[in-house]
Amino acid sequence: MVIEHIDAQIPGAITDRHAFRGDQTIVIAKENLLAVVDLLYCEGFQLLVDITAVDWPERADRFDVVYHWLNLASQERLRVKVPVADGVAVPTLTGTYKTADWFEREVFDLFGIRFEGHPDLRRLLTWEDFPGHALRKDFPLDGGDAFCMEGCTAPYNNGSRG
Amino acid sequence: MTMESIAMTRQMLDGDKMIVNMGPSHPTTHGTLRIVLELEGETITKATPEMGYLHRGVEKLAESLSYQQFIPLTDRLNYCSAIMNNVGYAMAVEKLLGIEIPERARALRVLLSELSRVADHIVCVGVNAVDIGAFTAFLYLFKQRESAYDLFELAAGQRLHTSFTRIGGLYRDVPESFVPKTEQFLVECSAAIDELERLLTHNPIWHDRTKGIGAISAEDAVNWGWTGPSLRAAGVPQDLRKAQPYMGYETYDFDIPIGTTGDVFDRYIVRVEEMRQSLRIIRQVLDRLEPGPVMIDDPKVALPPKEKVYTRMESLIHHFKLVMHGMEMPVGEVYSATEAANGELGFYIVSDGGKNPYRIRVRPPCLPIFSSFESQVKGGLIADAVAVLGAMNIIAGELDR
Repeated sequence: MVIEHIDAQIPGAITDRHAFRGDQTIVIAKENLLAVVDLLYCEGFQLLVDITAVDWPERADRFDVVYHWLNLASQERLRVKVPVADGVAVPTLTGTYKTADWFEREVFDLFGIRFEGHPDLRRLLTWEDFPGHALRKDFPLDGGDAFCMEGCTAPYNNGSRG
Repeated sequence: MTMESIAMTRQMLDGDKMIVNMGPSHPTTHGTLRIVLELEGETITKATPEMGYLHRGVEKLAESLSYQQFIPLTDRLNYCSAIMNNVGYAMAVEKLLGIEIPERARALRVLLSELSRVADHIVCVGVNAVDIGAFTAFLYLFKQRESAYDLFELAAGQRLHTSFTRIGGLYRDVPESFVPKTEQFLVECSAAIDELERLLTHNPIWHDRTKGIGAISAEDAVNWGWTGPSLRAAGVPQDLRKAQPYMGYETYDFDIPIGTTGDVFDRYIVRVEEMRQSLRIIRQVLDRLEPGPVMIDDPKVALPPKEKVYTRMESLIHHFKLVMHGMEMPVGEVYSATEAANGELGFYIVSDGGKNPYRIRVRPPCLPIFSSFESQVKGGLIADAVAVLGAMNIIAGELDR
């Protein structure tokens, strides 16, 4: 198992792990990300399937950056979660995986998480001067004042902008 | 300043470079996306894709919808093969719930998924051909696409946005006339694919326009995160239906076609062969289709039949509970992937136990493929960019979400 291997090679890197419905998940600190990724790459996890994030506004480390890997030889999947606080940058994976380029741009666009060392960290889906980051939990569903004409009430959330 | 001096200044600033906008509303950009091309003569020196024109924020919307309510939004991801999105999403929620759906529902899901794979490949191959100038192939194929859409209409009542799955099964069973019409479709579509191959596969003009265009090595394709027919055309035999079988795909007999160079021609050949294999799977489903329920028998998941709601107290309560409070979801996170027409379509669902999902992430197969666009066309001719774009099968609804 690759998780035991990571644990043996980089002791203490895995701060938490769980398996739910057969999905293996490990949680690591962002300082260990690049070392773990190098190890994963050598272990055969060469298809970086996805990068996304989840917002937990109540937590001190507000975001989970979530990576999904697939090992094409063994068909094993692995989910790696990196918790980061608001305003803290995560190291980019564009050096190892070209596909990380746009995935990281999308996470930056929709969550406002910066990726350190990314060659071209621009917004991907929304436009350059878009107000805020749409997938944060505190971004209103109707887009907020910037998207509402004066006197317009929000039709969702009982009229509140929460 | 005279017009001539303005022109002179522009030329001194840009050299011989010329900026050409492909899109946002150009027929070959397949949905609304824009590519800014920098040209030296006919050669592309830089290509900057711009996207987001179809961004609706479905992932944001999902957080305010219940699990069932999100199904119609999945139709609008890859609108060329809506049922595969429905199936992929329903499977992810079923994995989260830890439930198994009835055998007939699984078989019908396979049947309709393969039908929509054929329909999707028809769009990709047909439109790619028409972009490069082979109009006849497009017309012959689109007749079959219409027949496939007639079958969707028969099954789901809708042609394009089917919303055919429910969490725990299907919206309804297919009517009796569905099976003979599908059998007729198998015969006609198979003949149409042969006809297509006679038109294109050995056509020297088609070869000139597609061979060696957009070629990619297997390592690069994996590194770019490619999946699906494009990855298989580069020589990687990765198909989730074989590699990580779901919905009983391990019990069907079919082959995975692969290419060698990953160029536009190989992607075309792989797609054509995949259509044949899909027809083979449909044939097998029809042969073993047994009558039975198409919805799970679990009042905590499935809505009770309407007549019971009106006559039985218990069913009325279940109906009320399901509509008002939703399903009882466990706390946790799952990632479920299916082999959609473009590649690996993944749904990552985070549940906090509430009525609505805490977060749904759609992993679109064409986003990583499209991200490699510049490396695919750089140094090529502008006409090749059109061929490459068509062979990538970019569906903007899925790309932008």
